[in-house]
Amino acid sequence: MATLTEAPPPLTPAAPEKKAKPPRRRGRLVPYWLLLPGILWLLVFFALPMVYQASTSVQTGSLEEGYKVTWHFATYWDALSEYYPQFLRSVLYAGSATILCLLLGYPLAYLIAFRAGRWRNLIMILVIAPFFTSFLIRTLAWKTILADGGPVVGALNTLHVLDVTSWLGMTQGDRVLATPLAVVCGLTYNFLPFMILPLYTSLERIDPRLHEAANDLYARPVTTFRRVTFPLSMPGVVSGTLLTFIPATGDYVNADLLGSTDTRMVGNVIQSQFLRILDYPTAAALSFILMAAILVMVTVYIRRSGTEDLV
Amino acid sequence: MAVVNWLKRHFVVIAGLVTLAYLLLPNVVVTVFSFNRPKGRFNYEWQEFSTDAWRDPCGVSGLCGSLSVSLQIALWATLGATLLGTLIAFALVRYRFRARGAINSLIFLPMAMPEVVMAASLLTLFLNMGAQLGFWTILIAHIMFCLSFVVTAVKARVMSMDPRLEQAAQDLYAGPVQTFLRVTLPIAAPGIAAGALLAFALSFDDFIITNFNAGSTVTFPMFVWGSAQRGTPVQINVIGTAMFVIAVLFVLASMAVGNRRKKQKA
Repeated sequence: MATLTEAPPPLTPAAPEKKAKPPRRRGRLVPYWLLLPGILWLLVFFALPMVYQASTSVQTGSLEEGYKVTWHFATYWDALSEYYPQFLRSVLYAGSATILCLLLGYPLAYLIAFRAGRWRNLIMILVIAPFFTSFLIRTLAWKTILADGGPVVGALNTLHVLDVTSWLGMTQGDRVLATPLAVVCGLTYNFLPFMILPLYTSLERIDPRLHEAANDLYARPVTTFRRVTFPLSMPGVVSGTLLTFIPATGDYVNADLLGSTDTRMVGNVIQSQFLRILDYPTAAALSFILMAAILVMVTVYIRRSGTEDLV
Repeated sequence: MAVVNWLKRHFVVIAGLVTLAYLLLPNVVVTVFSFNRPKGRFNYEWQEFSTDAWRDPCGVSGLCGSLSVSLQIALWATLGATLLGTLIAFALVRYRFRARGAINSLIFLPMAMPEVVMAASLLTLFLNMGAQLGFWTILIAHIMFCLSFVVTAVKARVMSMDPRLEQAAQDLYAGPVQTFLRVTLPIAAPGIAAGALLAFALSFDDFIITNFNAGSTVTFPMFVWGSAQRGTPVQINVIGTAMFVIAVLFVLASMAVGNRRKKQKA
């Protein structure tokens, strides 16, 4: 991060006929001209669609006769009462995946930040490199890894892990594929880098002398982690969990490729309502509920983790 | 007891390497199975070694066509998002103006929104406008969701820039345009490049938003999705492996160049 030490290119003296600076009044409009194209793009293709979606969700009608806004809010109620299991499942799966990502990602981020030494760059590359193979291909690879009777399932069976997960309702019998466990496993895998990178950024900022100081004050390694390292890495934990939880909640790829009809998440419902069943009001209502739910959960979470920081 | 102590001391390293293995395992499987000769339509079970797919990567109808569609869209989306995003980033860092908070949240929101919500709402817009779904609607969508990431990357770089460098340029009689082209832009270039790379990767690999707004156009991720339903050709793994290798080589090469520059400076 040698930002300022990098020498700018040599400055050639300006031509002598250089004019004076432009008058101030023209300068005041400059930021608006810079913002205009990009902001317009976001307004038309991000904000405006939300308005259209809100309006679609309170329309009634049919594909043949067209839809009209009738302020039919019952669509929301019907959508919720019919699809609340998928909503709950989305939150449950995404929540489990987020916790797993934190448990798996933290040691790796810690390793890169403090223990990797000259291997640091290589490990960083290995964390990012999978991104460059299409995530759908990598998700399909889990079908092979978790195949029935394969070595992974066999090992989990021998270690009696599957007994525990069956008891929890995450697997059925000695299968992993097409169970909630497979979906959570895929979600965890897909969003793990989004957890590791912010964790690493906040861990890397910690002054290693703080560890030495804790050590000098007779803190055991576990205490040092609990009282010094972890609290200081909270910004990374918060942004990592958000970057994992939000996309995982709306995901339908893992549930579709690795799950079964019993593991359908809300994303699957929105997708099939929109692209197959063509029930636009219900689909729009579901998508709106998902957005609102996530905004509420995220706001509460940021507030709470913010106050915990202060305490 | 010695083993337990050793495990305790190296807990972080072991746990970290386990996670790394978890992250890389699918790539290993993808690579190994690119040399498979499957019996049925699906390439999920190992049968026998073969290099057929590597010798004929375009042997499946539609595969290389979809790849070229994806590349075109990713290139144009990168260009568009980088241009618009860089302009916004400069405006945000360099100027004071009204509605700053609103603009900041308009840029933040697309990154904090589940893709399926953006995809669905964009589709309602296109349906309402009667737009023909295809190449252009995909491109519009990709520029939209890449934009915020470019802004964030460029903003970070421009913010860490010393404003005195530009003042110095102006003291040396460089006009605003010359200052921008010869001082500001070269310093901001790594941020812009990072933003562009991110935009390219995001666009090339996007599935959810594309799936909603593609009409009958097939991008590479959509081809993979379709083949997961109909039968997965080995060629998919070949493309996946090649992309991984190219990316790693690219990163290693750019690191080597960076190291040599550092050494030259020292």
